[in-house]
Amino acid sequence: MCLAIPGRINEIYQRDGLRMGKMDFGGVKREACLEYVPKAKVGDYAIIHVGFAISQVSEEDARETLALMQEINFTDVIGRSDLKDAART
Amino acid sequence: MKQKANKPKRDEQKSMIVQGPVCPRPIEQREVIVMGHGSGGKMTRDLIARYFLPAFENPPLMQEDDSAVVQLSEAGRLAISTDGHIVDPIFFPGGDIGRLAVCGTVNDLAMVGAQPQWLTASFILEEGLPISTVERVAQSMRAAAEEAGVMIVAGDTKVAERGKADKIFISTTGIGHIPKGRDVSGTNARPGDVVILSGSLGDHGVAVLAERGGLALETTIKSDLAPLNKLVEAMFAAGSAIHVMRDPTRGGLATSLNEISQQSGVAIALDESSIPVRPAVKAACELLGFDPLYMANEGKLVAIVSPEEADKILAAMRATEVGAKACSIGEVMEAPAGRVLLRTAIGATRAIYMLAGEMLPRIC
Amino acid sequence: MKYIDEYRDAELVQRVLAEIHRTVSRPWVLMEICGGQTHEIVEHGLDQLLPPEIELVHGPGCPVCVTPLELIDKALAIASLPEVIFASYGDMLRVPGSGRDLQATRAMGGDVRVVYSPLDAIQLAQKNPDREIVFFAIGFETTAPPNAMSVMQAKSLGLSNYSVLVSQFKVPPAMEAILASPYNRVQGFLGAGHVNAVMGYWEYAPIAKKHGVPIVVTGFEPLDLARGILMTVKQLEAGRKEVENAYPRIVTYKGNQEAQAMIKRVYETCDRKWRGIGMIPKSGWRLRDEYASFDAERRFAVEEIRAEESPLCIAGEILQGLKKPTDCSAFGVECTPQTPLGALMVSSEGTCSTYYQYRRSLKK
Repeated sequence: MCLAIPGRINEIYQRDGLRMGKMDFGGVKREACLEYVPKAKVGDYAIIHVGFAISQVSEEDARETLALMQEINFTDVIGRSDLKDAART
Repeated sequence: MKQKANKPKRDEQKSMIVQGPVCPRPIEQREVIVMGHGSGGKMTRDLIARYFLPAFENPPLMQEDDSAVVQLSEAGRLAISTDGHIVDPIFFPGGDIGRLAVCGTVNDLAMVGAQPQWLTASFILEEGLPISTVERVAQSMRAAAEEAGVMIVAGDTKVAERGKADKIFISTTGIGHIPKGRDVSGTNARPGDVVILSGSLGDHGVAVLAERGGLALETTIKSDLAPLNKLVEAMFAAGSAIHVMRDPTRGGLATSLNEISQQSGVAIALDESSIPVRPAVKAACELLGFDPLYMANEGKLVAIVSPEEADKILAAMRATEVGAKACSIGEVMEAPAGRVLLRTAIGATRAIYMLAGEMLPRIC
Repeated sequence: MKYIDEYRDAELVQRVLAEIHRTVSRPWVLMEICGGQTHEIVEHGLDQLLPPEIELVHGPGCPVCVTPLELIDKALAIASLPEVIFASYGDMLRVPGSGRDLQATRAMGGDVRVVYSPLDAIQLAQKNPDREIVFFAIGFETTAPPNAMSVMQAKSLGLSNYSVLVSQFKVPPAMEAILASPYNRVQGFLGAGHVNAVMGYWEYAPIAKKHGVPIVVTGFEPLDLARGILMTVKQLEAGRKEVENAYPRIVTYKGNQEAQAMIKRVYETCDRKWRGIGMIPKSGWRLRDEYASFDAERRFAVEEIRAEESPLCIAGEILQGLKKPTDCSAFGVECTPQTPLGALMVSSEGTCSTYYQYRRSLKK
């Protein structure tokens, strides 16, 4: 369910009293509502579902996930980020 | 354009348009299409004489008889194809309905190895359509016909009441000569053949979708709309073992290849990572839940050729503008007959099928 | 595209798959709850690359599929009214009601529009003050905040011509219903990452504890899915039954606070009937009384419409993971995407449709 894809916030503005943003999805642009990501800034990435940002992408976690996958042959560290994730919230 | 302007047939126009001398006299200069433009009388003639004849000017058309009469240069096989064109919006990045009406039919002819020569065009205009639109479309058809090297030799114009058509519909029929030695058909794919695609997928589908407005997408993607007959000639100049060609328009590559696999009774295996898709087309597809394999193309062809000549044909394609990004995307196999298989980027295999029904954006 | 392409890297996916192969020592049954994950798994062919010990069963996570027949019938009744513009996500247009679907309703003269976002429906209401705009507010937790925002927005803009037909579902009660079934085979869950983007995963701890199953929040790209499967299998092999997060770049423990607050403000929990499964207590939301004036069911007096499911379809058993589409005698025969018997064949994300698209060849 719930097709949602990451896009970059190119611009933030108000429309009809809502916090809106112009998103860039790899060369395709579309407006999205940013009310649910009040801390997101221009240049941040957010995941967009039906024209709404529902979560900001954490660049640090993204990097760490990839790093974990790359290490996979050597160590049994999958899942380590979850402890940190619980602490972050 | 010719015959209908002079001699409307009895069953053609059932509306209450008055023919012959009328009072008051119709205003001759108008900015929009009115029902009188389809009356078959002077207004129709004037419209044709002002906008279509000068744009398409060629000897058979200018004969102004009930049929265009053309001369065959040599005996042999003719290819005939017809196609109705409706598109919303009628002008889109990279093309318009006029160019589409010419290229669509030219390409259908080229896909059986024919050299397109003559086209006819039948226009259904909606009452209220700006005349400037008619002119713009006619000029675009002229340019496309010149580019493809074909003549638009006959035509017809009708007007539908406002709301009973959508701006402009164009049906074109084309005739082309098939040079000796060419045998191109969906039934000719053989195990071992190579599948060649002339460029990236989905540009037309995404360009039209984005322009449609309802989805409020902004892209710089242009339709790939182009005549393919010169590309086809370049391919035949390089090698004659071209077994099948298709232009993957509506329904996309997936649908075209399924047709071929069923017609020829073979399997077609594609390699996902070798299929070119522009990043922005891919992004638009991700956003709307579409698969580029099903997106429409209007200036691409998929060819199935013998493995011995594949490299030569590919090189010839790459030397042309429309085929610059041509590449090999898969091969024909014996079994499972009638199926198209895709080797995914992560190394699994899945079957792909024809497009089922209307493509609708999905949210979930 | 950033944050997508990296997670489709074939080599990385294969590393994780290799680790899954090394980890598994006996058979395990995992359920991916989310239909979007089913779609991605089958599209990339990930399941084919898993060790034979791992069986993936596909869960009820498609809001299009689980929207009950009677709500579809209500939608069709409302969409047929001349004063109504019925706005819907594209997925819902082909879902069959007792008789026809929204596409057919449009063909019969109903004004049905596909929107990408609920805010597009709000714009329709602003642009058409003399028409009634009814938005089909379907979805799980992910879509609830956008749908709810449209109601808030209609209220703050004073749009009295906007209402919503609510078909809003919650995932954890369905997981509990599956686990509580005497026929349950599911030993571990892949959590629906985009539901968790909104809700976090604090709700899962009591479920994991009570039923003794690991639950791993999982994303949608092949690498995310492989990681989610690996983490679940590692837990199962080690006898752990914990809640973990394999999608930390998007999902936090507490989820999106602003979005959850909006859900609470506009909606209240209610019992919901799931198509193919039946009534699940407290498994959905409806509008709070303060927003009753935006409730299309009340505004158009369709509350009395009742409907019964077709007895041929085994969607219920498929949704619960008891059977696969290929176990159904109607699959691919009477029931195809062109002639769907049940909702699972309708939505491109439905388990049956996904199987039909990618796996028809498996049915022997």
